[in-house]
Amino acid sequence: MDDYNFAYLDEQTKRMIRRAILKGLAVPGYQVPFASREMPMPYGWGTGGVQVSAATLTPKDTLKVIDQGADDTTNAVSIRKFFERTAGVATTEETTKASIIQTRHRIPEADLTEDQILVYQVPIPEPLRFLEPRETETRKMHSLEEYGLMHVKLYEDISQHGDIATSYAYPVKVEDRYVMDPSPIPKFDNPKLEMAAIQLFGAGREQRIYAVPPYTKVVSLDFEDYPFEASKADHPCDLCGSEHSYLDEVILDDAGNRMFVCSDTDYCRSRRAEGHVGRLGDSEGEAA
Amino acid sequence: MGAQVKEQDMTPLLQVNALTKMYGPRIGCKDVSFDLYPGEVMGIVGESGSGKSTLLNAMAGHHAPDQGEVVFDTRVDGPVDTLKMSEPERRMLGRTDWAFVHQHARDGLRMSVSAGGNIGERLMAVGGRHYGEIRTQAADWLGRVEISDSRIDDRPSAFSGGMQQRLQIARNLVTGPRLVFMDEPTGGLDVSVQARLLDLLRSLVREMGLSAIIVTHDLAVVRLLADRLMVMKDGHVVESGLTDQVLDDPQHAYTQLLVSSVLQV
Repeated sequence: MDDYNFAYLDEQTKRMIRRAILKGLAVPGYQVPFASREMPMPYGWGTGGVQVSAATLTPKDTLKVIDQGADDTTNAVSIRKFFERTAGVATTEETTKASIIQTRHRIPEADLTEDQILVYQVPIPEPLRFLEPRETETRKMHSLEEYGLMHVKLYEDISQHGDIATSYAYPVKVEDRYVMDPSPIPKFDNPKLEMAAIQLFGAGREQRIYAVPPYTKVVSLDFEDYPFEASKADHPCDLCGSEHSYLDEVILDDAGNRMFVCSDTDYCRSRRAEGHVGRLGDSEGEAA
Repeated sequence: MGAQVKEQDMTPLLQVNALTKMYGPRIGCKDVSFDLYPGEVMGIVGESGSGKSTLLNAMAGHHAPDQGEVVFDTRVDGPVDTLKMSEPERRMLGRTDWAFVHQHARDGLRMSVSAGGNIGERLMAVGGRHYGEIRTQAADWLGRVEISDSRIDDRPSAFSGGMQQRLQIARNLVTGPRLVFMDEPTGGLDVSVQARLLDLLRSLVREMGLSAIIVTHDLAVVRLLADRLMVMKDGHVVESGLTDQVLDDPQHAYTQLLVSSVLQV
């Protein structure tokens, strides 16, 4: 740990990132440009989230890192190890014990509290990007609040698929002002964006930071006759039996057998520890 | 009632005063002035490089002119110089009371969005949030520009050139604009398609009481559509007047050349 400055980045860089974070919190949903640094990992692996985490970490913090809800996937394991080595902070897999949670593409099932910070890894921060490729134009659209184009995308969904088929990175309007890409979380998580914790979004390659302060109004865009719906697979979890968590589908063999399990591994484990059992789980908390 | 209508008609919809656009030391268009009254169609003709499109783009706010005024009779505040408007106001005007039909439909359409989405975009931009209503209006407008309902979910890239141009017109007229700028609307189309498009434009202009400014180098187009005509050369307006008068009795040497250059079949 002595070979690195605390949390890898130098203090000047962390100050610069903190200023961007504060500006982001002051203008909810606005994409603040920042001088993203080269990190010892490839773009697309969470370079933005890691920089935001590094700037918010203090030696007393407890860090949790999840990737698609899981604590034990490559991305989560390597970022957790990175901060164990460079910051020496305590890490945990339990949502309730963490003070900072860096996440890729999920919001934990357990309700977060005012003492916690949720840091998102964002690949493409601009919600209008696939409709309008010019950055000069999208910035103008944000500043003039011209968001009709976002509904054109939802219109296209309905006309092609019969309903709004966008199932992740579902656009939201923050505090009646900025349209924001909530990073590729499933739209099941969209209602949870109005929460008690601070939410910070970091996009390393695109050099943008944005934020949603606690208890901020976040509305998912929709049509009057096609309202927003937070959808999930219509199954209970096969390990813990939960009917209210977001599920991953796992193919078991080539005979068409499959199982559905909670994508939030900590949530699933704690439920099984409480004695909940699903279709394929056993009471010891291990998969059958 | 009649008197009121008459009084409204007396206010020009658009007043252009001494509009000048320079490209460095070169003239784009210089000292162009005219009034356009509600329901009137103005044609601007001239050869390539005469400043027609520069003038049109300057009026429509696509680039800033160096001098002059473009006063538009807005619904709420009456005559306002659009060049002094704030950008949000001007852009709002650009998607409600104004419409711009590009020469190449590809410049005016979103090629990766279905025909229905293209028509619906303006409606959604001004706050339309009911899918069913947007779709009904889109289907209605497809019908008006003679495109079958069944093509509503097809992308413009699957349309022929003439259909793309008609789709662009539908997309522009759906919010009921009062002033339409057209830059060579029939350019690049074959003659039979041109004829149908002109027919369509003429009936839409009459039906909706639109005012329009049409830039073209095709004298037949202005003969059919325009009430009045301006002839441009080297950035200056050299002659203007009623269309038939200018075309049948050209006064300026360049206009005479232009009229006599048309091939007779």
